[in-house]
Amino acid sequence: MGQHFSLSAASLLLASGYPGARSVLEPAGEEAQQIAVLFWVMLSGGAVIWLGVVGLLLHSALFNRRRLAEKSASSIILWGGVVFPSVTLCALLAYALWLMPGLRPFAQASSAALRIEVTGRQFWWEVVYRPSQRPPVASANEIRLPVGERVELSLKSADVIHSFWIPPLGGKMDMIPGRTNRLSLMATKPGIFRGPCTEYCGTSHALMAFSAVAMEPEAFRSWLAAQAIPAEGAGASGGALFLRHGCGSCHFVAGTDARGLIGPDLSHLGSRVTVGAGILPNTEDAVARFIARPDLIKPGSRMPAFDMLPPDDIRAIAAWLRGLQ
Amino acid sequence: MRLIPKEIETLWTLFTAPVVWVAHFLVCYIGAAIYCAKPELVGLSFSAVRAGIAAATVIALSLIALSAWLAWRQWGFGTDDPPHDDPTRRDRTLFQGFATLLLSGLSFIAVIFTAMPALFLTECIR
Repeated sequence: MGQHFSLSAASLLLASGYPGARSVLEPAGEEAQQIAVLFWVMLSGGAVIWLGVVGLLLHSALFNRRRLAEKSASSIILWGGVVFPSVTLCALLAYALWLMPGLRPFAQASSAALRIEVTGRQFWWEVVYRPSQRPPVASANEIRLPVGERVELSLKSADVIHSFWIPPLGGKMDMIPGRTNRLSLMATKPGIFRGPCTEYCGTSHALMAFSAVAMEPEAFRSWLAAQAIPAEGAGASGGALFLRHGCGSCHFVAGTDARGLIGPDLSHLGSRVTVGAGILPNTEDAVARFIARPDLIKPGSRMPAFDMLPPDDIRAIAAWLRGLQ
Repeated sequence: MRLIPKEIETLWTLFTAPVVWVAHFLVCYIGAAIYCAKPELVGLSFSAVRAGIAAATVIALSLIALSAWLAWRQWGFGTDDPPHDDPTRRDRTLFQGFATLLLSGLSFIAVIFTAMPALFLTECIR
């Protein structure tokens, strides 16, 4: 299934340019739908008011240039300048506030079936899936959600303030050190979306993104089950090179002796849509380039360059990592 | 004892309504923040917080309405039209009354906007 999904993901990638080159105005989630409706309501209301004001201006400048009596001028100011804007703003505020309880369903006692914990780090995302009644599953730089099921996200930060946003699925939410912010999302259409970091967090802020993949619930469940066990390719020969060159002191790869927790979990790197936190296509070449000079691809990243390794070793490690499906 | 204060000439009456708005804002926001951070300290449900905000809003709106009525009286109940810019004592009084009336209107709307979230939000999130 993983291989099949990667293929369909690749074709989706080709179809849309970069993964999830989609906007808030193409909602694929319930929360984003509400935001889009709010936007269109505001835009149409604003357009009607603008047309009214400009129409009145043209009317008084071109067609009806007689002076108004002081009394009727005052009443126009009172009704058009005070009463109408106050009532309109009051109605718009009430409408926006009325939408709010729907954006925080977790405030009620019943909790979502799936909680995903996302921790922002300079410049990548640590992801832990916490399904109810099953052990947690760790991942990085990619978030998968089942379509039609409500997911609760717990958003944290390990260093500076980041901000989490999947435009076609919902609004943004800051990730603040020392706090856990909660966000509720429900995808309504399958697809791949780009989630950028939306709070300046350092040199590579613009290069900090993730892929969000909304999948059919059945496919999601089998994907999550596959993520919970070591990848099939973990025992292959490239793993020995990975360990020998010390990669395992920072990275975790399930089923091997690589137990580092400083960098992203690479247990199923091959199955992800992108590498380098949402900035490179998941190809062997891209992985090899990242290993050799991460500082060129992502300035300020804490991973040191490994271009002193023999090119064949780098290539073998990249091939092994790509094989971790 | 008179119920409605008699007309006095001081600049302080100008600020009455905005000061009520500030006090209402602080009561609502600080009250909700304390309750949401330490619910056990208060020992009440969030409905009590909403009721408190409702009570504070009724009090604030009444005070602002009173301030507006006094300003309207100072303005001569609208018998004179603005701009009241003659260098006379009468115009100064009318101008201040009119400015106070406008500020009261602004504060009245602001207090309603401040209280509105409590109409829709029924719990805090921790």
